[in-house]
Amino acid sequence: MLRPTPRLSSRLNRTEMSWREKIWQINWSLVALLTAIASVGFLTLYSAAKGSLEPWAIKQMVRFAMGIAVMITVAVIDLRFWMRHAYGLYVLSVVLLVAVEVKGTIGMGAQRWIDLGFIQLQPSEIMKIAMILTLARYFHGATIQDVGRPTYLIPPLLLVLLPVALVMKQPDLGTAMMVLMSSGAIFFMAGVRLWKFGILLAGGLGSIPVAWQFLHDYQKKRVIIFLNPDQDPLGAGYHITQSKIALGSGGIFGKGYMNGTQAGLNFLPEKQTDFIFTMFGEEWGLMGGLFLLGLYVLLTAFGYAIAMRCRSQFGRLVALGITTTFFLYFFINTAMVMGLVPVVGVPLPLISYGGTAMLSLLFGWGLVMSAYIHRDLPIGRRGGHDD
Amino acid sequence: MYHDNDRSKMFSRRALLLAGGKGALVSALVARMYYLQVIEAERYTMLSDENRVSMRLLAPPRGLILDRNGTAMAVNQHNYRVLVVSEQTPSLDYTLDALSQIISLGDHDRARVIKEARRRRSFVPITVRENLSWEEVARIEVNAPDLPGVLIDVGQSRYYPLEHLGAHILGYVAAVSENDQTNTDPLEELPGFRIGKAGVEKIYDMALRGRGGTSQEEVNAVGRVMRELDRREGEPGVDLTLTLDMRLQEYAAQRLGDESAAAVVMDIHTGEVIVMASTPSFDPNAFNRGLTHDEWKDLSTNPLAPLQNKAISGTFAPGSTFKMVVAIAALEAGVISPEQTVLCRGHTELGSIKFHCWKKGGHGSVDLVNALKGSCDVYFYEIARRVGFDKVAEVANRFGLGVPTGIDLPNERSGLIPNRAWKRKALGQPWHPGETLINGIGQGYCLTTPLQLAVMTARIANGGQQVIPHVARDLIVDKQAIPRDAPTWKSCGVSQRSLSLVRKGMNAVSNEPGGTAFRARIEQEGMWLSGKTGTAQVRRITMRERETGVKKNEDLPWKERDHALFVAYAPEDAPRYSIAVVVEHGGGGSAVAAPIARDIMLEVQKRERARVAEQPEQKRQHSCSAPGCKDHG
Repeated sequence: MLRPTPRLSSRLNRTEMSWREKIWQINWSLVALLTAIASVGFLTLYSAAKGSLEPWAIKQMVRFAMGIAVMITVAVIDLRFWMRHAYGLYVLSVVLLVAVEVKGTIGMGAQRWIDLGFIQLQPSEIMKIAMILTLARYFHGATIQDVGRPTYLIPPLLLVLLPVALVMKQPDLGTAMMVLMSSGAIFFMAGVRLWKFGILLAGGLGSIPVAWQFLHDYQKKRVIIFLNPDQDPLGAGYHITQSKIALGSGGIFGKGYMNGTQAGLNFLPEKQTDFIFTMFGEEWGLMGGLFLLGLYVLLTAFGYAIAMRCRSQFGRLVALGITTTFFLYFFINTAMVMGLVPVVGVPLPLISYGGTAMLSLLFGWGLVMSAYIHRDLPIGRRGGHDD
Repeated sequence: MYHDNDRSKMFSRRALLLAGGKGALVSALVARMYYLQVIEAERYTMLSDENRVSMRLLAPPRGLILDRNGTAMAVNQHNYRVLVVSEQTPSLDYTLDALSQIISLGDHDRARVIKEARRRRSFVPITVRENLSWEEVARIEVNAPDLPGVLIDVGQSRYYPLEHLGAHILGYVAAVSENDQTNTDPLEELPGFRIGKAGVEKIYDMALRGRGGTSQEEVNAVGRVMRELDRREGEPGVDLTLTLDMRLQEYAAQRLGDESAAAVVMDIHTGEVIVMASTPSFDPNAFNRGLTHDEWKDLSTNPLAPLQNKAISGTFAPGSTFKMVVAIAALEAGVISPEQTVLCRGHTELGSIKFHCWKKGGHGSVDLVNALKGSCDVYFYEIARRVGFDKVAEVANRFGLGVPTGIDLPNERSGLIPNRAWKRKALGQPWHPGETLINGIGQGYCLTTPLQLAVMTARIANGGQQVIPHVARDLIVDKQAIPRDAPTWKSCGVSQRSLSLVRKGMNAVSNEPGGTAFRARIEQEGMWLSGKTGTAQVRRITMRERETGVKKNEDLPWKERDHALFVAYAPEDAPRYSIAVVVEHGGGGSAVAAPIARDIMLEVQKRERARVAEQPEQKRQHSCSAPGCKDHG
């Protein structure tokens, strides 16, 4: 299904394609798969509101529709455009991150977004995409020999660490980890030797005691509670304990749609956002959970297939980077609600109620789609055509 | 064109590696899901149910307590409470203001409600005031449309309509204290639950409580009840019918007046206690309400001991009422014959010690019947000396003295009938021969409860059957009332000859001129009583005082005055009832106790006659069911 018709394939290897051709090239299976996952979200949000489209399901549908429109727009824009503007987007993201930091210092507590009136813009969401584009661009022109030189790796490393430090300071541990890990994936795909990762990992582990000092109390608490959730079952460990009870009581086939008691009686916190997988698992059981997981794995596989199919290194790295970010989203979220990793506040992609994550995720998938549409497009070192 | 085949190959290789890593992570997720939703599913299902299902106990109504005629002694009263649910009020202050214009509401109550409202969740009803009058309830109901969030709730509280009357037998209920908790009945955990703390409320507490019902409710995370899943009604407590007759009880209490005194009337065949009065009394409602510190201090430090049931917990020297037991012991031992006389010159001597008779000049030559009739101390000194006190004590025990009677009331005292073994053990001293004499007239170490004296008299009157008194009409077994079988009592093991001789003496006491209680006899035909007076000395009369003349009781401080006692049975020819009256520091038995006993006994018999007259059918049956019943129709 990913294989384009041979007739078109020869024509794709061209510098310019018409809009019509591009629209024709959109991978509708991918759109269908995204819609299927989002529909699971609508269904669950409908149940979370005790059988009502208000207040969540209907808004989520509108956002998804908007997101698909954004995705298609992004998809048909030339991949080179994104490559050319990668660094610019990166700089913009850093500026915005600093802006929320300054605004947050003036305001109270953690502030992660800028209110644009119609949407709350989270710079960290833009950063997730900008980071991938930036690294993809950086490594696009790198030969294997380039990548083998440690000095060649220092600029991208700094490019990664600057926003990570800013996001950590927000503080948003989940996003910081995700940026770090998806960047790691791109480094890896670009051909960085494994032993270099080993050195970084060792360094990272060594700096944990130092990093611990910089964590906020509530973050420390979350980690401690993750390590020992029974220590405070009614306090901060409440989320995890109730989430496990909800999932476990769902059993193999679940309690039935709209019959979840843990969620229905509000024992489950944040059931429409971070803990929506738990609610779904309570009502649909292991079978439902496996089904949803299957959809996610299939989507990831699509991402991989597109990456492999891409002719340009930039396209490959972008497709794989976005796919990995998406994978991290659902892995961290589900592992978190099952008590496998600490609660870090990562939403379940395309399902958790929330606008910005939906938008940025579909923007990301738009880039993957763009890589797909322009899969046979050769891109020069500087983003031009074969220069 | 920029194309790097090596890079593409490496990319593919590494993509595969990365996918493998992701595959491993997904496998971990699946394994975790399997663990939670299959292996641990049962445990989590249980935890989920524990989360959502809350069990609420439903308090059953406490069993009523009635007297033998069905007069209510302990009932459950509606306790109207006004509650406020703060989330339904426009504002708590506004509602409380509105309420205070309708019912009286103290600043204290107000402050408590506001404090509680802040602490509790907003849907939890908070009690504003309890024990509302009907009028107040009506006023709130009328204004209900203007008072959103205000509820009227009906609870139950124990009420004793007769107040002081029979309070000692009833006992009272009060909140559960830590020491009372049995941990077997979940009802004890209920807020506001009351348990029996004294009297039959205590001894039959478990049966009166009933069994709690349960309501299974689904609650949400903040504890709000969403719906009832299952409801199991409890069992109300058993209604308890007592053997007491509250009209007679009232009469007896009136007759005892302000004295510190006790009177017990019982059926000598069945053991039913018909009257058990102890004065002064208390109002058990005060305990349910909650006593103030001053009220409690007044009750607990009063020298007349209003909280004590003197009929079973007050111990007094039996004095001359003990003489029947001494006589029976002597007759049974064969140390005297009925005709044998003893010469009383007002005193007797044992070694160098003089033992006085109450009558200064002496009784002259007296046989057993006359010795009882005149209550001659010298005669009983002599026969007690002959038989020895250990034997007397042994007979006394068989007649119920010095041992608990086994009545179904808490805090019964056993009193004391001494013997050699007891003295050696308790005081580490040998028995002195003189003590045989002193204890032989019911003084010395001897201590008995009024109930024991009534039981003794009953056993003398019923032909030596060891009747055991009780106050609950039915047997209460495993929270159920079972009618008692016709009683079969063990025998005291004494001859009828001895008993009838003693009864003859008691008859003479009351019904022959010169008897110590002749002035307090009953003259109505068929209601005659036979009794025995007792005057128990509580101080030592010195030799010097004897010479100058013994002080009159009235001249002594209350604490040093004699106890007045009287025991009797009636009717003389077909005994049915026995009575014991003890007036603490009341003076002489014949002057003080006997007239009270006479009046009560007359009232008991009159009432029984009136009852039988109302139900002529049952008359013959009943009057002849008693053993030794003569046909006197």
